[in-house]
Amino acid sequence: MLQQLEGSRAIAQGIALCKPEVVCAYPITPQTHIVEALAEMVRTGELANCEFINVESEFAALSVAIGASAAGARSYTATASQGLLYMCEAVYNAAGLGLPIVMTIGNRAIGAPINIWNDHSDSMAMRDAGWIQLYAETNQEALDLHIQAFKLAEALSCPVMVCVDGFILTHAYERIEIPEAHDVDAFLPPYDPVQVLDCNDPVSIGAMVGPEAFAEVKYLQHRKQLAALELIPEIASEFSARFKRDSGGLVKPYRLEGAETIVVALGSMNGTIKDVIDEMRNEGHAIGSLAIVSFRPFPLQAVRAALVDAKRIVILEKSLSVGLGGPLSDGVRKSLSGTGLHGHTVIAGLGGRAITRKSLKALFVKAEMDELELLDFLDLDRDIVNVQLEREKETRRSGPVAENVLKSIGTVASRIA
Amino acid sequence: MPLQPIKFYQTGTFTVGNRLLDESQRTVQANMRRTNSLNSGHRACQGCGEALGARYALDAAMQATKNRLIAANATGCLEVFSTPYPETSWQIPWMHSLFGNAASVATGIAAALKVKGKQDVRVIAQGGDGGTTDIGFACLSGMFERNDDVLYICYDNEAYMNTGVQRSSATPPAARTATTPAAGAHPGNSFGTGKNVPLIAMAHRIPFVATASVANLHDLEAKVNKAMTIHGARYIHIHVPCPLGWGSHPSDTLKVARLAVESGLFPLFEAEHGEITASLRLRKKAPVEAYLKLQRRFSHLFGEKPDRDTIAMIQAIADRNIEKFGLESP
Ligand SMILES: Cc1ncc(C[n+]2csc(CCOP(=O)(O)OP(=O)(O)O)c2C)c(N)n1
Ligand code: SF4
Ligand SMILES: [Mg+2]
Repeated sequence: MLQQLEGSRAIAQGIALCKPEVVCAYPITPQTHIVEALAEMVRTGELANCEFINVESEFAALSVAIGASAAGARSYTATASQGLLYMCEAVYNAAGLGLPIVMTIGNRAIGAPINIWNDHSDSMAMRDAGWIQLYAETNQEALDLHIQAFKLAEALSCPVMVCVDGFILTHAYERIEIPEAHDVDAFLPPYDPVQVLDCNDPVSIGAMVGPEAFAEVKYLQHRKQLAALELIPEIASEFSARFKRDSGGLVKPYRLEGAETIVVALGSMNGTIKDVIDEMRNEGHAIGSLAIVSFRPFPLQAVRAALVDAKRIVILEKSLSVGLGGPLSDGVRKSLSGTGLHGHTVIAGLGGRAITRKSLKALFVKAEMDELELLDFLDLDRDIVNVQLEREKETRRSGPVAENVLKSIGTVASRIA
Repeated sequence: MPLQPIKFYQTGTFTVGNRLLDESQRTVQANMRRTNSLNSGHRACQGCGEALGARYALDAAMQATKNRLIAANATGCLEVFSTPYPETSWQIPWMHSLFGNAASVATGIAAALKVKGKQDVRVIAQGGDGGTTDIGFACLSGMFERNDDVLYICYDNEAYMNTGVQRSSATPPAARTATTPAAGAHPGNSFGTGKNVPLIAMAHRIPFVATASVANLHDLEAKVNKAMTIHGARYIHIHVPCPLGWGSHPSDTLKVARLAVESGLFPLFEAEHGEITASLRLRKKAPVEAYLKLQRRFSHLFGEKPDRDTIAMIQAIADRNIEKFGLESP
């Protein structure tokens, strides 16, 4: 049924259709509306046979999910930013134990400086934790990916993060098709665990493993992700056959025919990128884009196949791997090895900085003229940076950086154009 | 036939008492059919109080639940010595996740059992003092406050033993640990304000809180039994000597544990909904010195020039306990 809904509400309805048995959460912007909606659905009975547990921290939230999943319940939680870092130890643990928990990340920057707005620093910090990571472009896809995520997680016994851009998606109202319950039931079979705490067949889960077997256990974790490379497209096509729309998959190419410049990105900014590409195509530019849906596992071959005929690659990233560049570029460059293409990393949208069509177009034109650096920053105000660098040079006690930069800017709101 | 008086020469244990009891009143441990939930073959040190305490508690809980029990375990000696991959000593469904999250994992297990309609299966969380009173404290308090259907058992050996005997918030004053060396003006652990987690548990007004000692098996089992008759959050704090960390003789584990109780340093009591309902009166009171002297972690207090002041301060703690918890024999 088509509905005009807030992204968070739509995601919550999608989760509810998946019939989770244990939902636990700790509030953090911009994840709150998702779990509030689920709490309400459990209270009203709309989501029956589900325990909703209000915990005292994100570390506890995921730990509760770990226990519940190991005891055979379909388990869900959601977080963002500081919350994801706070549960970091449990994030690795859930993957190491092979528990098919699904977790929504309402993508948000990480402090300091504390910032509630969107970028991908949070989920990127967990990219090597052993979770599958899927990035949604729209709220429809966000909802759909959650339904696919449970199927994928449970098929592989591997946890899945569905990454949804904070505010841009979580708080945006869009027209969304809510799937029918019977379709979801047919698509997603009940959870049948490969390991479970059972009095009739006792097992010990979480044993200590030394050098004699640790590498094998870890390799098997890697194998799951390799299997996911096969499974994600299969699940996506099964999904589109049943629900009559395309969602998910490994990558999503856009107007790649004859494209000399290809833009690679994750998540909602692909919408803006596509608009700019349409505009530039109309003007005769040979440009296209590739949205990466599955960041873990990283689809090296699919990315390579999509990019190999281009002349240049622009990798737009909402996360800065401080001291190196961008984490998405690591994967893209690896997929390009031997092709002669290297890819230009452009860091954009940090801490909610708007990524405008105007800036993107200027960037792509610059790329076409081969004027991009290997690592560039979109809309970085060099003047402000230089003022602070000067200040630091002049005075030893130059004071807190964030406060100084804010002072240089004046009012904050005026910057968000 | 005239009655013939029998003399018992064995003193200081309750073993004989157990045999004289009616079978229904005997300990679970005395029963040939005990489950050995934590089976032999594990890698604990000789005389490990924690291994003893865990078997006592879980066998009792197994009997109380007709073997319908799942345990979540914090990282620590108990976890490490019981599950060196691919071996396990656990005869029950058992799970280890992390150091600080056993209470939350147990909450999750209990929630899953509830939705699955398996409420006959009961859940225990267990950890060392570090995993309970320090790093797992937030999860523990959350589990209490929500009154989740979990019995949490803390095996208190008064330090981080698994990592090599470092101080925890349960380490007693003056005790030497690897991070509170017996050196300087005030050797050993400092006299802080203390952190009595059983009392903190009571402040949550959860249905049941108890302290227990491996030296008093009947009492320990009775408390576990009682805990299993109750639903909601429950907490049992068991004092478990660690020969390695305390520098006591492995054969003295029960003696040391008993002296902790008899000196008043480790009072045995139970509480319901935040109120103390019973405390174990001391049949015979021991001076703290008798307890301290058996342990090398306190050896800097003795020797040629005993540290009378410090010993007196420890005695004062014991005396205060005896008064506060009403341990004086009637
Ligand atoms: C987050 C984290 N910090 C530290 C450790 C290291 N560590 C493992 S076991 C342990 C000590 C456990 O002490 P306690 O809980 O008292 O149990 P015991 O070994 O004394 O029985 C420590 C510090 C860890 N595993 N995880
Ligand atoms: S170090 Fe102490 S607690 Fe750990 S196994 Fe040895 S005796 Fe037991
Ligand atoms: Mg300890």
